[in-house]
Amino acid sequence: MIDPKIVIVDYGLGNTHSVANALNYLGYKKLQITADFKLIECADALILPGVGAFETCASNLRARGLEPLLNDVVLRQKRPILGICVGMQLMATTGEENGIHQGLNWIPGVVKRLELPANYSVPHVGWNNVEYASRSPLFDRIEQGANYYFDHSYTFVCDEQYAAATSEYGISIVAVVQHENIVGVQFHPEKSQVNGLKLFRSFFNSI
Amino acid sequence: MLKKRVAATVVVRDGIVVQSIGFKKYLPVGKPAITIEFLNSWGIDEIILLDITATAKCISPDFDMIRQASKKCYVPLTVGGGITKISDIEELMHCGADKVSFNQQAIHRSGIIAEAAHLFGDQCVVASIDAVKTAEGYRVYDYLTAKVLATQPAEFAKQLTDMGAGEILINSVDRDGTYTGYDIELIKMVCNEVNVPVIASGGAKNAMDFKQVFQQTNASAATAANFFHFSEHSVISTKAELKKEMDIRLETHANYAEACFNENFRLNKKTDQVLGEMLFVKIEKDII
Repeated sequence: MIDPKIVIVDYGLGNTHSVANALNYLGYKKLQITADFKLIECADALILPGVGAFETCASNLRARGLEPLLNDVVLRQKRPILGICVGMQLMATTGEENGIHQGLNWIPGVVKRLELPANYSVPHVGWNNVEYASRSPLFDRIEQGANYYFDHSYTFVCDEQYAAATSEYGISIVAVVQHENIVGVQFHPEKSQVNGLKLFRSFFNSI
Repeated sequence: MLKKRVAATVVVRDGIVVQSIGFKKYLPVGKPAITIEFLNSWGIDEIILLDITATAKCISPDFDMIRQASKKCYVPLTVGGGITKISDIEELMHCGADKVSFNQQAIHRSGIIAEAAHLFGDQCVVASIDAVKTAEGYRVYDYLTAKVLATQPAEFAKQLTDMGAGEILINSVDRDGTYTGYDIELIKMVCNEVNVPVIASGGAKNAMDFKQVFQQTNASAATAANFFHFSEHSVISTKAELKKEMDIRLETHANYAEACFNENFRLNKKTDQVLGEMLFVKIEKDII
C-alpha cells in the first residue's frame, strides 16, 4: 500500500517519537500515535513499539483496554501489525522477565532471558547481521546479512516455522517472527538507519 | 556477528554542543540538531548526548532540544544529564531518546538505576563513570564537586550493573580532550569486572586509538567527541581503517576502501588524474 493509514499504538511505553520520525522521513503522512479505539479500528496497518520490561508493557497495554481490541483487529480482522522489540516480545505466549507473565499469545513462544556462552555480554547491544530464512516481501531489497541495531536482554524463543530471520550472538537469536499478518522484529528498525527504513518500506509495501 | 560500535559523544552546554577539555574548558561547536544530523549521514553507530548544564543547574533535561535533535537521528540515542526521576525518563523516551545515562545519580542516588532498570529494562540504562588516575590507582571522579572519591571505578561499575545498569560508559577525565588515546589499563579493569557491554571514552585522536582499544580490551564500543567534530572524514575513515582488521559496520556510500592516509591518519589527496575522473562519476542517491 502506497499511503496507508498507520497507527503507532501508544500505550505509554515505547519510543513512539522515534518510530514516527522514521515513518515521516519515508513520507507516510497518515500517521497517528494513539490508543484511540476508533483510530486503531480504521488503521490500514499498526505498529506496536516497546521499550521497557515485559510485564510493565503488558500491564500498560491491558490497563488501556487494548488487548481485546487488538485481538479482534489483528487476529480476527487480520490487520497487518509490526511489533518492535518489546512490542514483538509481547506477541509471545509468556514472558519470563521478573516472574512469569502472560503475553498476547499471537505467536506461540516464550520470552526468556538470554543465556549465552562465557565472554558474551548481556544485554545484546549493537549492530548485528540478520539472516532471513526465506525470501519474503518483508525483506524486499534487503541483502542477506544486513546490519540492524539490537538492544535486549530477553529473547523470543519459538518454533522454527515462525522465525523469519535470525542473528548470531553466541547462539542463534530470533530476529524476526512472522505469522500471516503479524510481524515482530527484535531489533530497532527506527534506529537502524538505511536498513531499518528499507524494512519499514517493505512492510508497508507488502500490505 | 556483533560488530564493535563507533559512537560519538555530543556534549551540550547551555543548549550548544561544546568541545570539552579535561572537564575544565569548553569551546563552542554548534547546534545539537545539526551535529546529530551530520553524524547520522556519516554513518555513526550510536550517539551519546550529555547535557552538562542540566545536572549542574539541577534542572530537568531540555526536552525541546532533545526532541529537535532526535528528529534526524536514525541511530540509537543515549541521553544523559539532569535525569533525576522516572517521569524524566518517560518524557525522554517520548522525545526520541532510546537509552538514558546516569552519572551524578549513580554516585549520589543510585536507587534510581534499579528503578529505571525495573520499569524500562536494563538495556535502556547506561551508568556513566568518570575516572582519574591517582597515586593510589584509579578512582571515581565526581565532576560536579570536582572531588576524587575513594571508590575504584571497576568496583563501582560492578555495583551499578548489579543494580541494573545494562551498559557502562567509562570515561577517563585525564585523557578527556587531550588526543592522547584511550586509557587502556582503566578500560581493561572495568571490562574484567562486569559482564555488560562497556563503552570506552576519553582521549581518542584517530583511527589508531579505536583500533587499540578494540584489540587490547573487551570494550564493546568506543566513543569520541572532539575528534569527530574537528577531523575531516573522521567517522568514515576510522571505520574504513577498523574494517580492515575487525567486524565493523560500514554502510555509507563512501567507504574509503582505496584511500591513502598519512602517518597521522589524515586523508591524503588523490592524484589529479583520479580526481578528474571522479568528476564524472554519478552517485545515485539511495531512494528507500
